[in-house]
Amino acid sequence: MSRYFSDEHEWIEVEGDTATVGITDYAQEQLGDIVFVETPDVGATLDQGDDAAVVESVKAASDVYAAVSGEVIEVNEALEDEPALVNSSAEEDGWFFRVTLSDKSELDDLMDAKAYKAFVDNL
Amino acid sequence: MSETNEHLKQLPLGDWHRNLGARMVPFAGYEMPVQYEGVMAEHIWTRTEAGLFDVSHMGQLQLIGEGAADALEAITPGNLSALAAGKIRYTLLLAQDGGILDDLMVTNTGHDIYLVVNGATKHDDIAYMREQLPESLTLNHMEDAALLALQGPKAATALAKLNIQPLQDGWPVPTDLYFMEAGPFLWNDIPLGISRSGYTGEDGFEISVPAEHAVAFAAALTELDEVRPIGLGARDSLRLEAGLPLYGHDMNPDILPVEANLNFALSKARREEANFAGAEQVLAQFPAKAVKKRIGLFVDGRQPIREGADVVDAEGNIIGNVTSGGFSPTLQRPIAMAYVPMALAGTGSTITVQQRKKQIMCTVADMPFVPHNYHRKPKL
Repeated sequence: MSRYFSDEHEWIEVEGDTATVGITDYAQEQLGDIVFVETPDVGATLDQGDDAAVVESVKAASDVYAAVSGEVIEVNEALEDEPALVNSSAEEDGWFFRVTLSDKSELDDLMDAKAYKAFVDNL
Repeated sequence: MSETNEHLKQLPLGDWHRNLGARMVPFAGYEMPVQYEGVMAEHIWTRTEAGLFDVSHMGQLQLIGEGAADALEAITPGNLSALAAGKIRYTLLLAQDGGILDDLMVTNTGHDIYLVVNGATKHDDIAYMREQLPESLTLNHMEDAALLALQGPKAATALAKLNIQPLQDGWPVPTDLYFMEAGPFLWNDIPLGISRSGYTGEDGFEISVPAEHAVAFAAALTELDEVRPIGLGARDSLRLEAGLPLYGHDMNPDILPVEANLNFALSKARREEANFAGAEQVLAQFPAKAVKKRIGLFVDGRQPIREGADVVDAEGNIIGNVTSGGFSPTLQRPIAMAYVPMALAGTGSTITVQQRKKQIMCTVADMPFVPHNYHRKPKL
């Protein structure tokens, strides 16, 4: 199991061909109180860079782009009743969706935890 | 708003906000605090305790000279010549075609007219007023004054703990003011102009303080247990719940007062005189002859709708637009303001909003969404 990070502040946990996607703790901190998460439909096919989800805070809506391509196989139903899970547990219980990866070479474009930390420290 | 950091001006309390851990953002050309501990917590704190807002970006103006209130009536529909000393009125700055150039608070201080206008429009307002008002009047932009708002059910309790004295012995203290009254005061020999007014729907005060004393005064307030500093994020969600329109979003120069649902700002005396800028266009719509109207919306479900989303009919044609929208921390549901055709503007009407390819159902709601809690003068 390995965890990757995008420069759009998403984390991507890969296990075999399956990736679990969420936003980072840094991202939830920047967005503030999250009141709604619009997740993609199960069965939808995402291409890298597509709009995959929308995170709504009290004040504003933010798009979440697909960091990797693949078919959506599961979404986090818990977010429907408790969107604040993204604030309290962004990188664990507050995951957004799971995809079956269609192109694992896309992972090469992503950062590891150390590189992401350096990226955030420079912002 | 796209603003680059190099051109941002600093306000008197800028470093004070940063030291308290505020997140600063560009707003109206200034670097301003958007939040401290978080919008939700700050919003709820203001509704239950007292929040301190820095609104020093707003324009504080003095109109000085004989007949200042009368002259201002040429470009506003408010009955300002009848405004007694110590009283405040909300009014609109109107273009020659009746379009809304700004909304503002006008106070008769007894010796001049004190105006508070929006930060993003203040320079245009000043230019327009200088052009439209007689040269015998002086318009002074009080750039050396900060403006703070103390808002919430405990605002009066908190303010009473500071030793604020009337400018002259025997005059009332700040907490003697009723909603939409103002007066001059002293705090440690520092002059303060205090109004019982605000932009949250709560009881509270707006306090003009000389810039060099703003930090000391803000710190004296936030040292009180009831008071916490509040950012612009919660200011926006509070005013939305209170049904108060935001200039540049819910009003603009293409909108007339009746469309903006601001009939209360068209005083009876001024409607009869019909001698303000754009009176013909404005009064042609009065009281309910406009094609569209600003209304409040309850949004079905949990997903907020935002400024810019379209109001659509059954065929998907665009028939209106959302001008403000967000999540109400008090009601724990999304609410919005929108312009809709008059036929759909009645309370309870069903409205469809299209946002990012998705249709969201809404119901026209009475505003304010959350009841106002003003300290009004008892009716005799």
